[in-house]
Amino acid sequence: MRNLKFPDAATPPMQSVKFYQTGTFTVGNRLLAEDERSVQANMERTNSLNSGHRACQGCGEALGARYAIDAAMRAAANQVIAVNATGCLEVFSTPYPETSWQIPWIHSLFGNAAAVASGVAAAMHVKGRTDVRVVAQGGDGGTTDIGFGCLSGMFERNDDVLYICYDNEAYMNTGVQRSSATPPAARTATTMAVGREPGNVFGTGKNVPLIAMAHQIPYVATASVANLRDLEFKVTKAMGIHGARYVHIHVPCPLGWGSAPADTIKVARLAVESGLFPLFEAEHGDITGRTKLRRPVPVTEYLQLQKRFAHLFGTKPDKARLDAIQAIADRNIARFGLLENA
Amino acid sequence: MLKQVEGSWAVAEAIALCRPEVICAYPITPQTHIVEGLGELVKSGVLAGCEFINVESEFAALSVAIGSSAAGARTYTATSSQGLLFMAEAVYNAAGLGLPIVMTIGNRAIGAPINIWNDHSDSMSMRDAGWIQLFAETNQEALDLHIQAFRLAEELSCPVMVCMDGFILTHAYDRVDIPTQGQVDAFLPPFEPRQILDPAEPVSIGAMVGPEAFTEVRYLAHHKQLRALSLIPQLSDAFRAQFGRASGGLIRPYRTADAETIVVALGSVNGTVQEVVDDMRADGVAIGSVSICSFRPFPLLALRETLQHAKRVVVLEKCLAVGLGGIVSDGVRKSLSGIQLNGYTVIAGLGGRAITRSSLRQLFEDAGADELEQVTFLDLNADVVAHELEREALARRTGPTAEAILRRLGTVGSRIG
Repeated sequence: MRNLKFPDAATPPMQSVKFYQTGTFTVGNRLLAEDERSVQANMERTNSLNSGHRACQGCGEALGARYAIDAAMRAAANQVIAVNATGCLEVFSTPYPETSWQIPWIHSLFGNAAAVASGVAAAMHVKGRTDVRVVAQGGDGGTTDIGFGCLSGMFERNDDVLYICYDNEAYMNTGVQRSSATPPAARTATTMAVGREPGNVFGTGKNVPLIAMAHQIPYVATASVANLRDLEFKVTKAMGIHGARYVHIHVPCPLGWGSAPADTIKVARLAVESGLFPLFEAEHGDITGRTKLRRPVPVTEYLQLQKRFAHLFGTKPDKARLDAIQAIADRNIARFGLLENA
Repeated sequence: MLKQVEGSWAVAEAIALCRPEVICAYPITPQTHIVEGLGELVKSGVLAGCEFINVESEFAALSVAIGSSAAGARTYTATSSQGLLFMAEAVYNAAGLGLPIVMTIGNRAIGAPINIWNDHSDSMSMRDAGWIQLFAETNQEALDLHIQAFRLAEELSCPVMVCMDGFILTHAYDRVDIPTQGQVDAFLPPFEPRQILDPAEPVSIGAMVGPEAFTEVRYLAHHKQLRALSLIPQLSDAFRAQFGRASGGLIRPYRTADAETIVVALGSVNGTVQEVVDDMRADGVAIGSVSICSFRPFPLLALRETLQHAKRVVVLEKCLAVGLGGIVSDGVRKSLSGIQLNGYTVIAGLGGRAITRSSLRQLFEDAGADELEQVTFLDLNADVVAHELEREALARRTGPTAEAILRRLGTVGSRIG
């Protein structure tokens, strides 16, 4: 959570005051300065991803995209071109003759969104349209797997593109198959909950935000639909910078995760609060900010809400693997310095 | 202006005269000298108003091109062989989106075994992707075809491949006439896209289409190519009027009027074929040839008109449709539907094997006597093949075939003849 500025800096409060609503970390609009309020609270929001699309109930990606692109539009005075990888977002938002997109939007292929965006940016540059900004977006499959080469190329060239990954931790559009972003032990259609070690393997993981940082690009951030103000803030900040930028947003998928549609925000928040999905910012390869955890919650609280982890519980909980997942969260908390007093 | 330059440089100069706004470059032999030339022209400031982007793969090269073309920039790239295969998904996509990208193919074989030398396997693999495919016979024609290609692509909103034989053309120093900027500007108007990504007029490009409309969308892609069948000769005529020389067109018949035997081929080998035709004509043989410039769209009617009075057609192909024979032959047969004449497919020049006048002369004489197989492999070393087949019959673990053949041949370097 960002430190909030007080109107009168000369008389700081005696103690650090936090504005928490009951049971959430969300800061209400009324407590924020005008320019810090949600784009969605503004009558002039662009509804870039308009209502009426075909996303599932409780879709985290639809929510994330709506906030992200509207924030990008506000930051760029509505001069945004979006490039979309193949995936849920592309499919649920469009089939011709309908489209939810109120902005110029192109879908080419599954694995080339970052490169297509580089091309759009090059065209804008050569035509002197410095006012037009380019946003590429894709799911975790289109970003961390099949589109990874193009993504890395765009980073390395420092092309003027903001790439947003909506990470729902599997190939949801094709029916919930494993991606390199699928967490250990998670059940998917290709990591079945059968055998001696049901669910996904405990691999080494593939943290694309950290890989993005290794490219030394100007801005990298993780965000969550559990914290939409923070998400908007990071997208807005990214839009204020030129060069390659990467925002990785954690977006629960009720269908793929087996969570209740009404619990999308709750599940996303528990991922953050458990330490499994750390929220941080980095500039030019160095971490510059992190969202601290007031009270880390056990990973079981997060896992238990999702049927994809159901095989870890039941009458005989899989303690060894639950401990292994807790160890991942603990490692994140230590590595990113997420504890409030750390 | 007349210049003695490498084919690749000639093409680079032609592209620069077309005022491209975005060029994507990724190295693969033998097209690399073209993008190197363009990179130099952009970086030195000779070609202003152009972004030259070094990408990380051919898939990215064409993907960047898709983005820049959709955003309204005149866009160019080049590739060869494995590179064309690596970008295959984007090749289809660019055509499906109707983006008028121009791409040079420095024609090269496809591995395995890896081979950098010339044949037409790469372009042929993408023949049904929806791109127009023009094959250059000479360096001059390669240069000229690129200027025509941008106009053709932009008039139709359809991408165009200009195919030129790797090394034989790309690396050959030849005299070419490079036009002036004024001439090219008069021939090629600025790019006016049919669809464009523009915040002032937001559109969604590339969304999903279901069975209710997919057939119609695909038919219109076909229709575009049918329109190209009349546009290509028109542009060739307009080019001749503007630049004073013939280049392009659908096909180029050579001494076919009274020919009993007509040889059909694509690309630079036509020069050799025409020399052999001249030799045989001097000996009283009624032979001619046809150079196919436009392979996509395939000029069925023009070929039919030229070939129908012959007794036999020999299709000389630099690509093998494994398990069938020839790809060009299929089209030629289709053009002669209902007409009975002897047709022969000759697979030649694979992986850079030289197609010599003496081999062709023998081949055409055999054809004239109707003593050819339906599918013939020119200069196939039957002894080596027989030996390898025998070896494979005798043992199970025979190892890599290519290595065994080269051990048998006992050659260290590459034998191209």
